[in-house]
Parts: sequence; C-alpha cells; structure tokens
Amino acid sequence: MRLDVNGFLGAYPWRRVPGTSPEALLAAMDRTGIDTAWVTHLPSLFWRDPTEGNIWLYEAADAHERLEPVPCVHPALPHWEEALSDAATRGAPAVRCDPHHFGLAPAGDEMRVLAAACGAAKLPLLMTVRLEDARQRHPHDLVPELAAASVRALLRSDPDVRLVITHADRPFIEEVHWGSTAAEQARVWWDIAWIWGPPEDHLAHLIATVGVERFVFGTGQPLRIPENAVAKLDLLDLSQRDRAAIESGNVTQGVLG
Amino acid sequence: MLIDVHAHFFPERSARADWREYNASRLRAGERIGITVHLNSVLGTFGRSSPTYFPSPADVTYGNEWAFGLQREQPRRVRTYVCVNPNYSDHALAEIERGRAAGAVGIKLAASRRATDPLLDPICAAAARHGLPILHHIWQHRRRDRPGQEASDAAELCHLAARHPTVHFILAHIGGGGDWLHSLAVVPRHWNVLVDLSGSGVDGGMLEACLAAVGAERLLWGTDMTMETGWAKLRYLERLLPPELLELIRWKNAARIFPPRSFPGD
Repeated sequence: MRLDVNGFLGAYPWRRVPGTSPEALLAAMDRTGIDTAWVTHLPSLFWRDPTEGNIWLYEAADAHERLEPVPCVHPALPHWEEALSDAATRGAPAVRCDPHHFGLAPAGDEMRVLAAACGAAKLPLLMTVRLEDARQRHPHDLVPELAAASVRALLRSDPDVRLVITHADRPFIEEVHWGSTAAEQARVWWDIAWIWGPPEDHLAHLIATVGVERFVFGTGQPLRIPENAVAKLDLLDLSQRDRAAIESGNVTQGVLG
Repeated sequence: MLIDVHAHFFPERSARADWREYNASRLRAGERIGITVHLNSVLGTFGRSSPTYFPSPADVTYGNEWAFGLQREQPRRVRTYVCVNPNYSDHALAEIERGRAAGAVGIKLAASRRATDPLLDPICAAAARHGLPILHHIWQHRRRDRPGQEASDAAELCHLAARHPTVHFILAHIGGGGDWLHSLAVVPRHWNVLVDLSGSGVDGGMLEACLAAVGAERLLWGTDMTMETGWAKLRYLERLLPPELLELIRWKNAARIFPPRSFPGD
C-alpha cells in the first residue's frame, strides 16, 4: 500500500504543468505504484476564497475512489468553520491551509484558532513549506516560504493539533524537531518530497535521528514527477516494515490514528 | 551502459569532514542505479581554502590531482573533467595539458568568469585542440549576480558556443536551479550545446520540454548533488521514449562527444 499525502489537481498559475486532471493523476499513480493520493485543488491556493474550489474537489474525489480530498480552509473568512465542518462530514483525511498563500500570519491568531479547531475536530492540518524551488519562481510569485518557527509555534499553540508538513528539507525538519518537546514532536509528520537522498543522504540521516515514524510518503505531483519519491525510497536500506511505515503505516496509524 | 556526466567527489582537503562517507555513498547509490561511469569534477577544495566557484590556482591543482588519483583508484567507473579557473590563463592551460596527460576526458568551467568573457577563449581553443567537451556550470536564467559565483546562463553559454563551433558544450544541470524554460528557449539553434538533465529539480513537464527543445540527441543524463532525482528522471524517460532514444541519453550522446575510448567498451 502506497499513499501519497501530497497531490494536486488543477492548473498551476505560474507555468504550464501537464497531467493536472484526475485521470492524468491516476495514470501517474498507476505508473508509480501509488494506490491512494490525498489531493488539493491547486488553483484554490491562489483564489481570494480558496474554499470555492472545495466543491469541485469533493466531486472529483467522489468520482475516483483512489483520490481523497484535502480541502482548503481559510480561517479569516466568515464561513471557515462551515468549511471545516464539511471536511469532517465528508470524511476528508485532512484540511489544508497555506497561510502565506492566503495572506495570513503563519502563526497569528487566525492560524492558532484554526489549529485548535482542527485539533478539536481530530482533523490533521496540512501545510506546505514551498511549492517550487525559490530560484525558478515566476517574477510575480512572491509568496514567502513557510518558516520553521511558525510550525513550532503552531505545535505549541494547541495540545491536540496534528500537522502534516510537505516540501520541507533537512534543516527545516531538524529545526522543528530538535526545537520541540517529545510530545510536540509526536504531533508533526513530514512528507519526503523535498528531502535529499544520496550522496547527501539527508533522508537516511533523518530516519536514523528523528525516527522513521515521523515520515510519510509524498510526491508533490503533478508539480513534481512522482518517480522521485519512489526512487528515494529505493535508494535507502530500509526494512520492509520501515518502508511500509513511510509508504502508508505512519498515515493510517499515526496521522489518522 | 549509463554515464553520469555530472558527478562530484569530495577530496580529503575539502570543507566536508564527511568526504569519505559522501564519496562512498555516491558509489554505492551508483551501483544500485546502474551507473557505469561517474564523470567527476573537483572544484578545488570546495570552499575550504578558497571559494568553490573561485578556486585559487593552488586549490585547482590540488583538486585536479586528487581527481586524477581517484580515477587511478577507480579506473573502471570514474572519469575526470579537469577543472580550471579562467582568470589565470597560463595556469588553466597548463592544467588542461597536465589533465590530458593524466587521462582527463573533459574540461569543467564552474563560475569564476562569465561565459561571454574573452578569457574563456584560450580554454575553448585548447578544448578544440584536444577534442574535449566543456561542462559549464549554469544558472538557468540569471536575472542578477548571485553571491559566491560569477554564474552564466544559457544565453551567455550560447554566446561562447557560437564563438567556438567545433567544441561541444554541456549546459549543466537543467534542473539545478533557475528558470529552465528560459534555457530551453535559448539552446535549440546552438547545435554544439547539449543539455545535462541533472539537478535536484524534478518539475512536471521539464523532461517533455527538454525533448521538445533539443530532442533526445542533445540530452545527457546526470545527477550532480542528488542522485535520486537523476534516477527518477531516468525512470520517467523510460516510459516516455523508445529504447533507442533512451540509449542516446543514457550513454550514446556522451560517447559521441567525449574523446574516443573514454568509456568501457568504447
């Protein structure tokens, strides 16, 4: 079982990206042995009201059982609690809020209230550090990258909040992990999309130091080719048990446990 | 056969304390991926006693010497680009001669002097004389100067390539940072410029764009600092291309532009 927590549907505003339809994403999943993908409606991240894309997302997920919706919630909009409630009712595995994309202070009052509400609703909150390499972004794409301090602050803001952070690299992960208590560490999971393999061996190092239980399989597809996350695992000397934990067990028994 | 045209091994006197583990990891991952030959360049001491992209002449000599030693240690799986700093013309030309005698198969130009500068001309003339390709570090669409390097972009490399039409230039790491779409718009009409697919970037659509811009005939496979991204691109291309075109990217294009007998069975 291979579960991708970091997938998108829909067009990217800053460059042409092929394979953004549900059918194309499913074909890429077939190609790379991915059984299930958590997906967000990518254009929504750039809309003034990102929840307007959630209806389309739910319909797409309803039509394709291998796709699970991760809808957007914008805690500064008046109907945000309704969006959160819809997510819970519809069985979304997580909700998403990328504060910099939504123009929010990443550890400000609105985000703290959302974190607490997600904790109460037992819905993990998913955020990305970045969508693209900063060196190649469109000149008008000026959204800051998420800071490690913001993740630490949100972890500390509510004892029930669980975070899934995508596209983080080794320094980011280490800064949050070693800057948190054991109880806080246990409430954040990292996808492997942006962690380097050999010869730097960042992923192998993090698994040895931070612990295999903190990592989940994520690709960033279709912005990134999903073959990368699979190749990364194929280059590790992992037991079958540890590999299964990253590929799905840490989600089913940890994030959703 | 699979040739990695963009590999780095770190020498003992580098800024990395873990240089042995790093090098061993590269070879180990190479075995798993199926890399036949790692084409290595050592940029001086990689920042320990002079900057990585501005290596001093003494560090250039040290790094090259260490690289030649590694090639002697690993004669079947490591080949060498001789690295030069064009700001020191006499030293650079002497290093190329020394490198050729030691078995170097190409020249590495990092980011010590912009590709449009006339100081690169004698180096390119030496490359033409010896039939050596030049791997040139590139910042894809350099909109400004970046600290730590006098980087060139594709337009600047193509300026150099036009001045030296008998030399093959390898545009380094198309996935290594910057706007690769800009580079791919520039290179098509410069037939002596090939594109190296290495770099940490694995953007959806990038490989299709590379193929559309220059065709499989002008693409070279490589890894640079991240080997999983190289393997991922190879796997993606396996689904995209028929075997005969994939072979071009895996090794045949490299065998065409490097000197005869550079690689096993060549």
